[in-house]
Amino acid sequence: MINFQYSRAADLADAVRQIAGEPTAKFIAGGTNLIDLMKEDVERPSRLIDISRLPLRQIEETGDGGLRIGALVPNSDLAYHPLIERRYPLLASAILAGASAQLRNMASTGGNLLQRTRCYYFYDTATPCNKRTPGSGCAARNGVNRIHAILGTSDACIATHPSDMCVALAALEARVHVAGPSGGRTLEFADLHRLPCDTPERDTNLGADEIITAVELPARGFAAHYTYLKIRDRLSYAFALVSVAAALELEHDTIKEARLALGGVAHKPWRDVSAEAAMRGEPANRATFARAADAILRDAKGFAHNAFKIELARRAILRALSQAAAGTPQSQSVKKIR
Amino acid sequence: MARTRRKRPNGQTIPAPEKITVSLTVNGVPRELAVAPWVTLLDALRERLGLTGPKKGCDHGQCGACTVLVDGRRIVSCMTFAVMQDGAKVTTVEGLARDGTLHPLQQAFIDHDAFQCGACTSGQLCSAAGLIAEGRAKTVEEIRELMSGNLCRCGAYPNIVAAIQQAMERERS
Repeated sequence: MINFQYSRAADLADAVRQIAGEPTAKFIAGGTNLIDLMKEDVERPSRLIDISRLPLRQIEETGDGGLRIGALVPNSDLAYHPLIERRYPLLASAILAGASAQLRNMASTGGNLLQRTRCYYFYDTATPCNKRTPGSGCAARNGVNRIHAILGTSDACIATHPSDMCVALAALEARVHVAGPSGGRTLEFADLHRLPCDTPERDTNLGADEIITAVELPARGFAAHYTYLKIRDRLSYAFALVSVAAALELEHDTIKEARLALGGVAHKPWRDVSAEAAMRGEPANRATFARAADAILRDAKGFAHNAFKIELARRAILRALSQAAAGTPQSQSVKKIR
Repeated sequence: MARTRRKRPNGQTIPAPEKITVSLTVNGVPRELAVAPWVTLLDALRERLGLTGPKKGCDHGQCGACTVLVDGRRIVSCMTFAVMQDGAKVTTVEGLARDGTLHPLQQAFIDHDAFQCGACTSGQLCSAAGLIAEGRAKTVEEIRELMSGNLCRCGAYPNIVAAIQQAMERERS
């Protein structure tokens, strides 16, 4: 383990002040990703600013029928919160599809958004990686790239975002509240994470001196017609090869509103509003779902070992939208896919 | 620490940090220790407090052998720093038995022969204690899913699940 200084943030303003004064410092909350990266010598912060005791653990109803989730709410508390289970079961399901019970007890809401890719070349400091060392090259493009992205890649980086929770938050159109030295601001979820382009070292559009304070869910929860379908190499405790968050609002058999987001396929949770628009006003059937799958995967491009993900994603999307339409969401404990 | 003077990419040198005093209640006993910030809770328990029940399996939060209960919740002790847990109540496998009587989970693991080499067992026991306290697992499938953070390379899973089921039923009756 590298040497670093440790301090606690007394309050939010102190946290922002501390990080602004030491740009090589990092915030720590749950620590489940950052500590691992420090052990691997990928992250080398000069100081850890412990924010885990800040009062950001509330889940509160907002005036417009939504929910505001404090950035430090642990993943397990969020997944099992009665309001989340009842009104946003897609979010609960996605969280429970990820990590293990122990890690969900530790990991925070804000930290989940900021976790870094599990690309093995990013982790392996003996190999080039533009995300870890800008300008060094990408070992994954011509390396073993079975787990890598098929959408939104760049010459510089083909890593994927690893989160399950974020795929649901993208589909639900969550908003992210942040605080910084010049006050607070709010980002649409789609604007939080970035595509790699030629700056893959930047995962998000947050400034280095900004801190996530809360995630806000709008009123629309799609509790009647949703699913989170995660396809992976093991039945549990593995990152997604492909995952699908699907949510529908139906009037009889006609689709009034549709949401579709993919995990495991891109540098950010992949949502395509044109695929959703292709379903709106259409019958909830296989032909409609196939058109949506074609739309969202239109620009998909495989590499040497991951081209299978394109067909896998197509089939997973069809299955997920069928599960959502039927009101039979994928169980996260009984693994049989129906 | 040989690496304490190693330079950061920007050339900045980090001075050796002061040790920080941490108060923990471990298995019901108040303990105070001065640790560097990089000492994980797992290392503090094993190397400083002599509690070698929590095992350092992978040291990356992937195997669950270091599972302990912190304020009643199961966590992997390799993925948190001791300084972050100041004031916490920690229970390791050494703290599960009461007055010389095995914890129902420990007895159930013996009854069901729920281990072979035993390397994962202390983590399995603490994780299962957390699982039962959470009250979320009712079926075999749910036990398997919510215990998936604890690997057993001997493959004793069927007996581990059976042992947990037995302890859960005892808990309910």
